[in-house]
Amino acid sequence: MKFSESWLREWVNPSLKTDELVAQVTMAGLEVDAVDPVAGEFSGIVVAQVVKREQHPDADKLSLCQVTDGTDTFQIVCGAANVREGLKVPMAKIGAVLPTPDGKGFKIKKAKLRGVESHGMLCAEAEMGMAEQSDGLMELAHDAPVGQDIREYLNLDDAIIEVDLTPNRADCLSVKGLAREVGTLNNVDVKPLNIEVMAAQINDTLPVTLSAPQACPKYVGRVVKGVDVTATTPLWMIEKLRRSGIRSIDPIVDVTNYVLLELGQPMHAFDLAKVDGGINVRMAADKEKLTLLDCQEIELTSDTLVIADDSKALAIAGVMGGEHSGVNTETKDVFLEVAYFDPIAIAGKARNYGLHTDSSHRFERGVDYRLQNDAMERATQLIVEICGGQAGPVVNTEDEAAMPKEATVELRAQRVVDVLALELPASEIETMLTRLGMTVTANATGWTVNVPSYRFDISIEADLIEEIARIHGYNNLPVTTPMAALDLQSEPEVITPINTLKQFWVSRGYQEAITYSFVDPKIQKLVDPEIDGLTLANPISADMAVMRSTLWVGLIKAAEHNLKRQQSDVRLFETGLRFVPNGDALTQEPMLAGLVCGSRLSMGWTNGSEKVDFYDLKGDLEAMLSINGDADYSFVAGEHPALHPGQCAAILKGDKQIGLLGALHPVLQKQLGIKTPLFVFELLLDEVTQGQLPEFTSVSKFPEVSRDLAFVVEESVQWAQVEQVIREQAGQSLTNVTLFDVYRGQGIENGRKSLALGLTWQDPSRTLNDEEITSSVDNIVTKLAEGLGAQLRG
Amino acid sequence: MENLQNLVTEALAKVDQAQDVQVLDQVRVDYLGKKGVLTAQLKTLGKLSNEERPAAGAKINEAKQQVEDAIRAKKAELENAALAEKLKSESIDVTLPGRGQKAGGLHPVTRTLQRIENFFKHAGYNVAVGPEVEDNFHNFDALNIPAHHPARAMHDTFYFDAQQLLRTHTSPVQIRTMEAQNPPIRIICPGRVYRCDSDQTHTPMFHQVEGLLVDKKVSFADLKGTVEQFLRTFFEDENLSVRFRPSYFPFTEPSAEFDIQWASSKTGWLEVGGCGMVHPNVLQASGVDPEQYMGFAFGLGVERLAMLRYGVNDLRLFFENDVKFLEQFN
Repeated sequence: MKFSESWLREWVNPSLKTDELVAQVTMAGLEVDAVDPVAGEFSGIVVAQVVKREQHPDADKLSLCQVTDGTDTFQIVCGAANVREGLKVPMAKIGAVLPTPDGKGFKIKKAKLRGVESHGMLCAEAEMGMAEQSDGLMELAHDAPVGQDIREYLNLDDAIIEVDLTPNRADCLSVKGLAREVGTLNNVDVKPLNIEVMAAQINDTLPVTLSAPQACPKYVGRVVKGVDVTATTPLWMIEKLRRSGIRSIDPIVDVTNYVLLELGQPMHAFDLAKVDGGINVRMAADKEKLTLLDCQEIELTSDTLVIADDSKALAIAGVMGGEHSGVNTETKDVFLEVAYFDPIAIAGKARNYGLHTDSSHRFERGVDYRLQNDAMERATQLIVEICGGQAGPVVNTEDEAAMPKEATVELRAQRVVDVLALELPASEIETMLTRLGMTVTANATGWTVNVPSYRFDISIEADLIEEIARIHGYNNLPVTTPMAALDLQSEPEVITPINTLKQFWVSRGYQEAITYSFVDPKIQKLVDPEIDGLTLANPISADMAVMRSTLWVGLIKAAEHNLKRQQSDVRLFETGLRFVPNGDALTQEPMLAGLVCGSRLSMGWTNGSEKVDFYDLKGDLEAMLSINGDADYSFVAGEHPALHPGQCAAILKGDKQIGLLGALHPVLQKQLGIKTPLFVFELLLDEVTQGQLPEFTSVSKFPEVSRDLAFVVEESVQWAQVEQVIREQAGQSLTNVTLFDVYRGQGIENGRKSLALGLTWQDPSRTLNDEEITSSVDNIVTKLAEGLGAQLRG
Repeated sequence: MENLQNLVTEALAKVDQAQDVQVLDQVRVDYLGKKGVLTAQLKTLGKLSNEERPAAGAKINEAKQQVEDAIRAKKAELENAALAEKLKSESIDVTLPGRGQKAGGLHPVTRTLQRIENFFKHAGYNVAVGPEVEDNFHNFDALNIPAHHPARAMHDTFYFDAQQLLRTHTSPVQIRTMEAQNPPIRIICPGRVYRCDSDQTHTPMFHQVEGLLVDKKVSFADLKGTVEQFLRTFFEDENLSVRFRPSYFPFTEPSAEFDIQWASSKTGWLEVGGCGMVHPNVLQASGVDPEQYMGFAFGLGVERLAMLRYGVNDLRLFFENDVKFLEQFN
């Protein structure tokens, strides 16, 4: 809401400077977005009249004018097209200073233009800093007093204040409402606006039917005949409208806009001649057509309230009028509409048609439902003053039962103290609420408060307490620290904090990434083809349209971003939800995922440029999984469409698969256009954080016994199989198995490999003897040969 | 006896000239060994009278001692020199870079959130999280934002269908916590939120952190104190000016926005978040009796805090995951 300070001060005039006023309303919750002067800084410009205009002898586009300021006549050369004899214009005299963007000002001096002397300058609005650009001189009213300083005449020592109102404060979408607020804040009176009732001079009326009384319970109509639409809107009104950001159109529209700004009541004027029969406020028929004032034809939906006549829709109620029934220069008779529309009926309708109007803005938030008759009288009075005409009787059609009811709210004095931690004198509270327009009656516990018809935001006690806090000033309220019992929080030791896991990856050289939860559907489909991702109905862009079913999608994109920017070694991890639709259900699970590519270690003097591989990432994962004390993790060959079928491991906790690790599938790499091999993992975060308590076993005092063995096995035999046999056969005293070499090549048959391993035994209660160890080794050798075809080497 | 003095002088000179331990050892053998010349001097004592013998013996022992001391000192000197030489040969260029993996780093949003979580955890708050795909009830209805409410349109919500949406704030976590747990409640809710809006100052996904305190006696003054302390702790500035402006959120009443004093802002103030006393309808919708309990809530944008704290000038950088950006927070 934009308004001029001087207009507000006509209503209420506290002794505050502009900046103080602005600060005050901002701190009362009416946030001021901007304060702009209505005109630039200038001086020496007066109202003048062109008494004579001739062609400049040497220039086609210049006029030679004689201009009077009432005392003297000046010769001025002017280039504007609209300069003419008799015109009243602003004139900058010699010595006048015009505004410039740098604030230094531009001084008017005597000049020669194409050989002719010019003693001053005739001004356009832009030259006075009143508009961004102008088309010709500013034309002043015929009755403008020649010689008067233009600042005084146009009341330019004024500021345009723009307040950004929260949606609850519809009551402040008018000068009247703002004045009430300012009056309350300063505890000063607001001057009442005297609205005279204009008696009917003619008997013409239009019948009004309320076919949707819940949506429109009140409709006030009036016929005004014989109006002159070509009359000029008075300057004061044009200026007030301009300062509120509204352009003057014609006097009828200007008056309706003026009343909207002054009182907060949107209204509409129909060309009476275009209305067929009577007015019916009804829901639109589905696909009913209407051409709006802005000339676009729309197809209505049946949830839209319209103002119709006997044959057609004339306007979208509370949003915008129709082109057909609108007032134009031919209009002789008008039908004025002032209605109350239910906010719920109007909410979202303008938006559905791609519209937003001053009217819909107010009706959606709530217009005072007791304001209609005042607004009608005010508008009629102004129209008749400007355009002449004769008014018919006011026809007030109301469905009493469907009208909103004034709220009555109990306010407990103790509750005010409890919420605000402050005891205010009862009289102060009563004054505040009364100034806001409430009717306050004291009772045993506090007050009974009747809420006025313009405060849609007040229905419970807390709303009133906010009003008290607001008017008292939030920053004048006390500040305390909450008091609470010093209870200790439960903190299960077996849960590893996520931050600890994150710190682990950081120590291992990974950067934490945060990628969007919605991803490109094409990449999502490539990475996880078996999942139909959850799709947004209104994505912000086509490449952010589906929810990720795996964190890999975002991480791969992030890797690509970096690879394209000469970062060849990328290590990233991320935590966050994945979204997996499952029939009608949706699983949203926290995941931990990571990606690595490039060199094993960053290029340096101590190491070569070996590339990372599967086992680097596996090593990182094994280390992380050991943090939480649960040793029951294992890796088995797994599969996933995004991963290399020969380099993919499923990560198990007990028997449950909790994640995957692998090289990105070469075909997928190719589809994504990424040359560097990527290695990725993803785990169910909750399975990783959930661990076990450590359990003590006594440390043996007896010596360890070690044996190194080497076996040759088929390439297809997996280490895990070998290890399992060893653990089964080596007896209870086995404490460790270490694979220290995998060898292929000379001395080993093609298609086979040699596994060299070290075994360690230790008994907690005695020294082991050679015979038992040898017997264990024999068992291992036998079983490995039987089960896996392993040959003991040399 | 003059001979003795000459022998000592001669021995000391040899000790002094010795360049290594072997030579020095030879000097020891030559003078102090069983057949050493100084040892041989003791044999001359037999020729002396009983009266002369003790004095002469003492003299010889003194001479031996003198040579022995010199040898010991020289030996230490030679050993030290040898050690110094060895250490010198083993010296390396300590300015060469170390071996192994360099450290990574946390995302600045995580870093910011971890700080905030810690402040509140230390004061007895719990961290609560919840789903990001939400329903209308938890994201709107329970927060006193009915279907027709203008605030609903202002939220620029991402929808999947009539029921499912992406949460527009972390407030649904407050509802879910109040549904599941009896007061007193002290939680903070960090997490991703989504708004259908994208330009220089908006990303369609960002992070919020909200706080909620519900107890028998909670006042607006407590809220002001908590927010003020939080901001002063976060910016590590005890004198940071914080102001509260009335505002509107359907889920709080009274509601406020809070600003901090910030030199580079046009008005001198910078809005950093919103807060208020939990609306009785919200308590009711979550199964908490508003006559028995009161509460306050506050919320802030995490990226915005991180931007102010670290001087980041473009919101979009947070989600590009450019390593050159991320590494600046290591």
